Amino acid sequence: MSSPHVLTPGSSVSTIMLLVLAALLPAIAVYYFFFGPGILISLALASVTALVAEAAMLQLRNYPVKHFLADGSAVLTGWLLALSIPPLAPWWLVVVGTAFAIVVAKHLYGGLGNNLFNPAMVGFAVLMISFPATMTQWPAPLLLSQHPVGFSEALQYYFSGTLQGVKLDAVTMATPLDALKTQLSLQHTVGEVKSMPIFGNFGGKGTEAIAAMYLLGGLFLLQRRIITWHTPVSFLVTLALIAALFNGIDPNRYASPMFHLFTGGAMLGAFFIATDYVTSPTTPLGKLVFGASVGFLVYVIRVFGGYPDGIAFAVLIMNAAVPLIDAYTQPRVYGHDSGMKP
Amino acid sequence: MKNPHKFHGGVHPPEHKTESSRLPITVAPLPPRLIVPLRQHTGNPAKPVVNVGDHVLKGQMIGAADGYISAAVHAPTSGTVSAIEPHAVPHPSGLPDLCITIEADGEDRWTERKPLDYQTADPDAVRALLRDAGIVGLGGAAFPAYVKLNPGRQKIKTLVVNGAECEPWITSDDLLMRERAAEIVAGIKIMAHLMQPEEVLIGIEDNKPEAIAAMQSACQGTGFEVVTAPVLYPSGGEKQLIKLLTGKEVPSGQRPINIGVTCSNTGTAYTVHRAVNHGEAVISRIVTITGNVARPQNFEALIGTPLDELAQLAGGARPDTSHYIMGGPMMGFDLNNLGAPLTKAINCVIAASPALFPPKPAAMPCIRCTQCAQACPCNLQPQELFWFSQSRNFDKARAYNLFDCIECGCCDYVCPSHIPLVSYYRFAKCEIVAQDREKIAAEQSRQRFEFKQMREEREKAEKAARMAEKAAAAKAAAAENPDDPVAAAKKAAIQAAVERTKAKKAEAAALTPSPQPPPTRGEGANEKGACFDLPSPQPSPAGGEGAKNTEPS
Amino acid sequence: MVLLAVILGAVLGFASIKFKVEGNPLVEKVEATLPQTQCGQCGYAGCRPYAEAVAAGQAEPNLCIPGGDNVAKNLAELLGVEFKPVGGDEGAGPKPKMVAFIDESTCIGCTACIKVCPVDAIVGSTKLMHTILADPCTGCELCIPACPVDCIAMIPVQKNIATWKWQYPVFELKKAA
Repeated sequence: MSSPHVLTPGSSVSTIMLLVLAALLPAIAVYYFFFGPGILISLALASVTALVAEAAMLQLRNYPVKHFLADGSAVLTGWLLALSIPPLAPWWLVVVGTAFAIVVAKHLYGGLGNNLFNPAMVGFAVLMISFPATMTQWPAPLLLSQHPVGFSEALQYYFSGTLQGVKLDAVTMATPLDALKTQLSLQHTVGEVKSMPIFGNFGGKGTEAIAAMYLLGGLFLLQRRIITWHTPVSFLVTLALIAALFNGIDPNRYASPMFHLFTGGAMLGAFFIATDYVTSPTTPLGKLVFGASVGFLVYVIRVFGGYPDGIAFAVLIMNAAVPLIDAYTQPRVYGHDSGMKP
Repeated sequence: MKNPHKFHGGVHPPEHKTESSRLPITVAPLPPRLIVPLRQHTGNPAKPVVNVGDHVLKGQMIGAADGYISAAVHAPTSGTVSAIEPHAVPHPSGLPDLCITIEADGEDRWTERKPLDYQTADPDAVRALLRDAGIVGLGGAAFPAYVKLNPGRQKIKTLVVNGAECEPWITSDDLLMRERAAEIVAGIKIMAHLMQPEEVLIGIEDNKPEAIAAMQSACQGTGFEVVTAPVLYPSGGEKQLIKLLTGKEVPSGQRPINIGVTCSNTGTAYTVHRAVNHGEAVISRIVTITGNVARPQNFEALIGTPLDELAQLAGGARPDTSHYIMGGPMMGFDLNNLGAPLTKAINCVIAASPALFPPKPAAMPCIRCTQCAQACPCNLQPQELFWFSQSRNFDKARAYNLFDCIECGCCDYVCPSHIPLVSYYRFAKCEIVAQDREKIAAEQSRQRFEFKQMREEREKAEKAARMAEKAAAAKAAAAENPDDPVAAAKKAAIQAAVERTKAKKAEAAALTPSPQPPPTRGEGANEKGACFDLPSPQPSPAGGEGAKNTEPS
Repeated sequence: MVLLAVILGAVLGFASIKFKVEGNPLVEKVEATLPQTQCGQCGYAGCRPYAEAVAAGQAEPNLCIPGGDNVAKNLAELLGVEFKPVGGDEGAGPKPKMVAFIDESTCIGCTACIKVCPVDAIVGSTKLMHTILADPCTGCELCIPACPVDCIAMIPVQKNIATWKWQYPVFELKKAA
C-alpha cells in the first residue's frame, strides 16, 4: 500500500450526508409546528422511495448495494425534494419526483459524484412542469387555517386524495411569493400586498421561521466545514443586492431584500441546494461565480419570470455551466504567477 | 520569533511524537554485517572503488561520486568486503539494488580523518570535501549537499534550516536538536560561510519546546534566528517552509536558489559539521524506531545496519505487527523486506499494527467535496488531477500542474471517499516521465537513422566516384581480371565460419546454455527520471546525443 | 438579410485566409507519434515513409508493431478514423521493450548486422567482435535475420530501481463481475 497510511478519523461520505441531514432537522421541526404533520409523511415517502430506487439502480448497475446505500446521499436527495414541494399532496407526487430524481437525474448520469444536474431540483422541475396545479397548492399555515389538518387527515389525503368534510381549497392558500406576483399584476403596491395575513414580519408567516432554521442549519454546516462560505454568501448577497437595487428604484413594485431572502426557497437553496458538491463548481472563485449567478437568476425568475420561485430553475441552469466555470476559475498554484488558462 | 507568513491548506494528523521522544538517543551496537547501498541519494549511484576481499577502514570511501549529481558512500566500520551484489534495499519497488556488504572485524578502526579549516580554505575545497564525505540532504530526498551549497553567481538572501519535522511519529531531528544543538549550529556556520546569506532562519514547529530552547541558546551570538511555526503538516516541506519563513514562493520547476534561498535540514548541518571539523564521512545517522515496538526511541545507527536489528534493539515488534513503514505515515512507504539496510535518507521506521494503522475503508466515488483542494499545501485542485490521472489523460494532468504536487498526502488524508489520490498522481507522473523519455529516445533514433542514411548516400556517391575513376583506369589497362578474388575469399571465409559455429551450437545444445549477463539499459544515462525521487517534469534536451556515431571502418 | 449574408460571407472568407494551415503538418504529426524504431515491420522502409503513406491515406494507421495499440490509437485519433487494434481484431498490445544482444563468443565479425542497423547501435569492425549499444538500440530486430551465425538474440530490458514505475492504483468500485 502506498502513502499516506493515515486518514482523517471518522471522515466518510456517509458522515457528511448525515451531518447535512441533521442540519435540516431544526427546519423540519419548525415546518411541522407551522404547517402540521403533512411534511413528515412527505419526508417518509421520499426517504423510502429514494432508498428503493437507489437500491434498484445500484443492483442494476452492478454496484455493491449495501456499501453505497449506506452513504445517505439518496435520502438527502429525497428530503430536499420533499422540503421543496407542498407538504400536503397526493402520495404519487412525492414518489414520482423522488424516483425520477434518483433513477434519471442521478443514476442515468453516472450515479454518485457524476450527475451533472442536482437530482432533487430535476425532480422538482419535472413535477413543476408535469403537475403545475398540484405543485402550487400549498396548505395555509396552521395559525391562519380555519381547518387545521391533523395527522390522520393528512395521511388520508396523501393516499386517497380527499379531505373529510372540507374541500382542499379550504386548507390551501397562495404562498407569499405567489400572492405577491398575482397581486402586483393586479396593480396593487407591495405595501398593500404585504398587509395580507399570509405575510409575516419580513417573509411569509411561518415560512420566515423555517428559512431562519435553514440559515441556522447552514451555519452549522459552515462551522463543521462541510460547506464553504463562498456559494451561500455570494448567492444571498447577490440576491439581496439586486433586490435592494430594484426596491430602491420603486418600493411599490419591488419587494425588499429581506423579503426575498426569507421567502420561498432562498435559504434552503443557498445552504443546501446550491452547495451540493456534485453539481456545483470545485474552485473557490467558481463557487462565488456560481452562487452569484444563481442568486441573480433567482431574482430574475421570481420578479420577471413565469414562476413564483426560481431556485430550481436557476440552479439547474447554472449546473450546466459548472464544467465551464471550473475550467476558467482555476486558482493560482504555488510557484505560479497566475491561475491556469484553459 | 513568530513568523508572519502562511501557506495554503495543511492538515493536523495525530502527532504520536511523545512515544519515541521520551528516551535519549541511544548508540546502536556494531552489527556483524553491514550492507551499504550504492544508491542512497538523488542522482547517479556511487561507483564502487573496492573489490570483494578488500579490507576497509571505518570512514574509508567504498563508492565514489559518479558525475555531478551524485555522492560518495563509505565503510561504516572496519572489516572485509564480502560481496558487491544486488541486495534488498528500502525502496517502494521492492527491487534489489547494488550494495557493498562488509563483514565487521569488530575493531571499528578509523581511517585517517582530515578536518579542514573552512574559514581559510577555498570554498570549492570545502564543497569537494562534502562531496567526498557523502553529505546529502537528510530530510528525505537525499540531494547531494555540495551541489546545493554552491551559490554560483546567485546572491543568497536567506539560508533556511529545516527543523520543522512535521511528519507524525518521527522525532529524530527533535532529539538531535535537543542533544546536539551546538554541533548543528557549527554545521550551519559552515553552510553560512559557503553561501554567505544575509540571514539564517531556523524553522521549528512549536511542538518541540526543548529543541527550540536548545537551538536558541546554541544560536546566541551567531545572528542565526530560531523561528517557531505552529504545528501544521506539511510545514517541513521545503517549499512550504520557505513560504512560511520568508513569504516567498519557489517558482514552479525551479530550485529555491533561483529566488536566493537555500533550505537545508538540521541533520544535514550536523553531518556537515562532522565532515568539515572532524573529517568524518556520513557513516551513521539518527533514526526513529517507533510504532508497535516495546521501547520506541531514537538510535544513532551505522548506515548499512539491517533494519530488523534496529527493530530488535527497540525491544522488538509486538506480535500483532502487520508490516513496517519506512518514513512517516504521511509520505512513507511499506517496507517489503526488513532485511534491507539503513540508508542516509531513512529517518524513521514504524512498526504498524491494524490498531495503530487501520486499513483503509472501501473507496467511494469522488463526490467533488473539494476537501482535498482546501487541504492542498500547493493550492492545486487534487480532484481535477485525480480525474485526469484516473482516465490516463496525461496531457491534461500536466496542464493542471501535476508536477507541482509534492505527494505530501494531505488530499488523501482528508478524502471522505478514501480514494488513493497520491497513488494516482505517482502513477501519472511515472507514466509522463516514461513517455517523455520515450519521445526523446524516438527523436534520437530518428536523428541517428537520418545520419546513417546521409552517410550511406555520401558513401555511395564516393564509391560511384571511385568506381568511375577505376573504370576509367581499367579501360586503359584493358581486361585482365575477370573475377574479383578478394570477394571470393571473403565469401569462403564466412562460409567456413558458419560451418564452425553450427558445429559449436550443436555441441552447446547438448550442454546447458550459459546465459550472458544482459546489458542494463540506460544505466547512468539519465537517472533523474527515477520515479521515486520526485521526477523532474522537464525532459533533458536531446543535446548532441543523436549526432554520436560509430563509423565501422 | 442580404447585407448580413454578405458580411458573414466576408468574415468566413477572411477567416479561411487568415487561419489557413501552412504546408502539410500531418506527416510531421504522424511521424512524431511513431516510435522511430525504423524497423520496417509496417512494410515501409522506415518511419518517415510510413508516416507519409498514413498521412496520404494509403496505409492503415494500425501497422506499427513496436508502437502497439497505443500508437494505433493516437494515429486513429489524429486522422479521425476508427481505431483498429494492431495485428487484426485480437489486439496485441505493446510488446515489452526488447534490445538486441550479441553472443560475443559466437560472433564472427562479419559486419552484416552493422550494415542493417538503422540507428548505428552496433559497434565493431571486420573480423572483430561486435557489440550492441543498449541505449540507442530500438529493438527493431532487423539485425537478427542479417546475422549469418544467429548470434543475436532479443532480450527484454531489465527492470531496475531507476526505471521502475508506480502502478495504476487498484480502486474497484463495482463488484467483481
